[in-house]
Amino acid sequence: MSLLKIEGLDVAYGSSAVVHGVDLEVGRGRRVAVVGASGSGKSTTAAAAIGLLPGRGRITGGRVLLDGEDITPALQGKDERRVRRLRGRQIGLVPQDPMSNLNPSARIGRQVAETLTVHGLARGAAARSRAVELLEEAGIPDAARRAKQYPHEFSGGMRQRVLIAMALAAEPELLIADEPTSALDVTVQRQILDHLERLTAARGASLLLITHDLALAADRCDEVVVMSEGRVVETGQASRVLREPAHEYTQKLVAAVPGFGAARAEVAETREVLRVENLVKEYRVRGRRERMRAVDDVSFVVRAGTTTAVVGESGSGKTTTARMVLGLETPTSGRVVLDGGRRDMQPVFQDPFGSLDPTKTVERLIDEPLRVFSVGDGRSRRERVGELLDQVALSRSLAQRRPVELSGGQRQRVAIARALALNPKLVVCDEAVSALDVLVQRQVLQLLERLQVELGVSYLFITHDLAVARSIAHDVLVMRRGQVVEAGKISDVFDNPQHPYTRELLSAIPGRAA
Amino acid sequence: MAHFLLTRLWQSVVTLVLASMVVFAGVRALPGDPALAAAGEEATPEMVAAVRAQLGLDQPLWVQYWRFVKNLLSGDLGTSVRTGTPVSELIGATLPVTAWLTVYALGFAVVVGLIAGTVAAVRRGTVTEFGLNTLSVVGLSVPSFWLGLLAILYLAVGLGWFPASGYVSPVEDPLRALHHLTLPAVILGTGIAAVVMRQTRASMLANLEADYVRTARAKGVSQARVVVRFALRNSLVVVVTLVGLQLGGLISGAVVTERIFGLPGFGKLTLDSVFSRDYPVIEGVVLIVTFAYIIINLVVDVLYSILDPRIRVTGANS
Repeated sequence: MSLLKIEGLDVAYGSSAVVHGVDLEVGRGRRVAVVGASGSGKSTTAAAAIGLLPGRGRITGGRVLLDGEDITPALQGKDERRVRRLRGRQIGLVPQDPMSNLNPSARIGRQVAETLTVHGLARGAAARSRAVELLEEAGIPDAARRAKQYPHEFSGGMRQRVLIAMALAAEPELLIADEPTSALDVTVQRQILDHLERLTAARGASLLLITHDLALAADRCDEVVVMSEGRVVETGQASRVLREPAHEYTQKLVAAVPGFGAARAEVAETREVLRVENLVKEYRVRGRRERMRAVDDVSFVVRAGTTTAVVGESGSGKTTTARMVLGLETPTSGRVVLDGGRRDMQPVFQDPFGSLDPTKTVERLIDEPLRVFSVGDGRSRRERVGELLDQVALSRSLAQRRPVELSGGQRQRVAIARALALNPKLVVCDEAVSALDVLVQRQVLQLLERLQVELGVSYLFITHDLAVARSIAHDVLVMRRGQVVEAGKISDVFDNPQHPYTRELLSAIPGRAA
Repeated sequence: MAHFLLTRLWQSVVTLVLASMVVFAGVRALPGDPALAAAGEEATPEMVAAVRAQLGLDQPLWVQYWRFVKNLLSGDLGTSVRTGTPVSELIGATLPVTAWLTVYALGFAVVVGLIAGTVAAVRRGTVTEFGLNTLSVVGLSVPSFWLGLLAILYLAVGLGWFPASGYVSPVEDPLRALHHLTLPAVILGTGIAAVVMRQTRASMLANLEADYVRTARAKGVSQARVVVRFALRNSLVVVVTLVGLQLGGLISGAVVTERIFGLPGFGKLTLDSVFSRDYPVIEGVVLIVTFAYIIINLVVDVLYSILDPRIRVTGANS
């Protein structure tokens, strides 16, 4: 008998149904991944299984069986005591964002111990010392001291370890991990997943992993359940699904995984559009005497009609470099030489929600640079906005809409159209596709590539994602702690990495082994 | 923590010195001549000049300020131009009344506001929340003097539950003092209770939706504990800030409330001294209020760092 069995589950928020007849099974000691884009219902399904649907969400049909027992009534809020006994004790949850999931005003040790105390497994000093052990097992060095600290004194990766320790504290039979590493750097991601795997295996616990990353799912789980628009479209053995996807949607998903396709063709040496020479940025850090070097002697060139990617993890200095190129930060020393004026360089930022003024229409957003630089009159500007919308493959009828009415992918197209309004020579893309689902990401990358061929524009492409860099860039810089550790043609760096850090980054990409 | 306290203490001292200068200059910038007021309407110019010299008002400003500070440090706030009583004596007699009144009012406001705000957030979308929201709008918009008059009319005169006026010191007779102070304190605290309630509600709603609350639920933590230990605990920072900001309103509100309920407090002293250009008394009163303000802000800051560990800037292990 399987440990968790979900039969024909329906979930609705208010009157709109979001999960339709989902069937899912997790065997004892098995690892099952639910894969899908945002809005596919994967997280909703997981939340329903532990009775934590947000807001007006509720289970409207189907059953959830845990170890043969029908727990649906408890999950629907009809038995508060049963569901509390369930949470933490029988089903543990590792949530997505380590930055927001810990209580900011309680010490780490107490938060871990709380899982034990609420279930009456230990109390007082015993609970506290067990919490320290759990933190140690989860890979937190110096756990006894760290247990007395507060969440803000921990890095993202360390917080995720704390959350894992918390979820495993009461030794639940099933662990639900909802995008447990999406907010983390790829090398940290691998460590955390390794740890999660070891800890669940040691306890014989089952794992239900929710992820948008098909390659990661295939790497880490026995079985994969692919969801789309609230329905399960394919279920099967992980390696089989990745190699020979049966459903059309899964096939698209597999094809869109970046890094699996061919790298871009090499181009002839063209003139320089941007030259960066010995760029340095230092910051003063409070409480420290020596200044922190965020960017340490970085030099590179971007040539006309090509893409140079800057790859690195958080804290590598890649974004600071981009900001100095854009003139948003003043370099401590070094030079940025652009072929042309300020208007020849335009940015596209990561957050398609935050970087567009929500009160303005699409037309106003796109023609803003034209108005700032007083290009043309009202009519010619309107005409230009129409052209730009065509170029980024958005319908002209969207011109009067506002950002809230657009999807993430559409917003990023608006941001690209705005960047192209003045026919710049260089577009600086700072994590421009990182917030997008893999299928949408693929489309936006293809759009950027097409625009480059058509318009001859150059890109400086900042990303944490090596696979994305491989699919868009001609040249690449790998940055670490402010320094360039490796630079060169994308194919050289990918196929024959010289620096150990580059090798580590490459091997940490999920799906490389498959 | 000790470093943080010392820094804040030092800042408070600087603020206090600056405040004393502002008070000194501000009072002298008021229209009207205290020597004229003190000498009486019938006085000849010579008599006025004599009074002025006697009060030291013919000296340059900086000399006057220096003397003011010197006296201040020795606890001497001067004597009232109007009555000839030492200012410290006047303040000593009236300060406790106002202090008890504001502390009581604040206590009432915080307790009622926190409870009402929490209940409103937990009972979101129900009749209870609607009722509490309505009450808070009433509490915010009805002027306290009118509320005070109504309370005297119905609760004191009509039903006879509370005395309509008068003051008893809580040190001498706590029960009777409670009886006398309840009505004015509740009237004075109502507006702040309403503000505290609204802020608590808003902050609680945000916190109840927060990821870490969901994670707590996923651990099996009960609803009651989630509400109090997680959501309310993390909402307190907002409430403490708010209360610190509202204290100014509370002190000026006390002036009106004391009038209505005939309490021999600071408010009455302030009004009387302003009308008679009683410089030393005004200076004393404003200084004491400023001092109270600075102390309260210091307390608020310390409370902050206790409530929110992120504010404790130590640099030791960051």
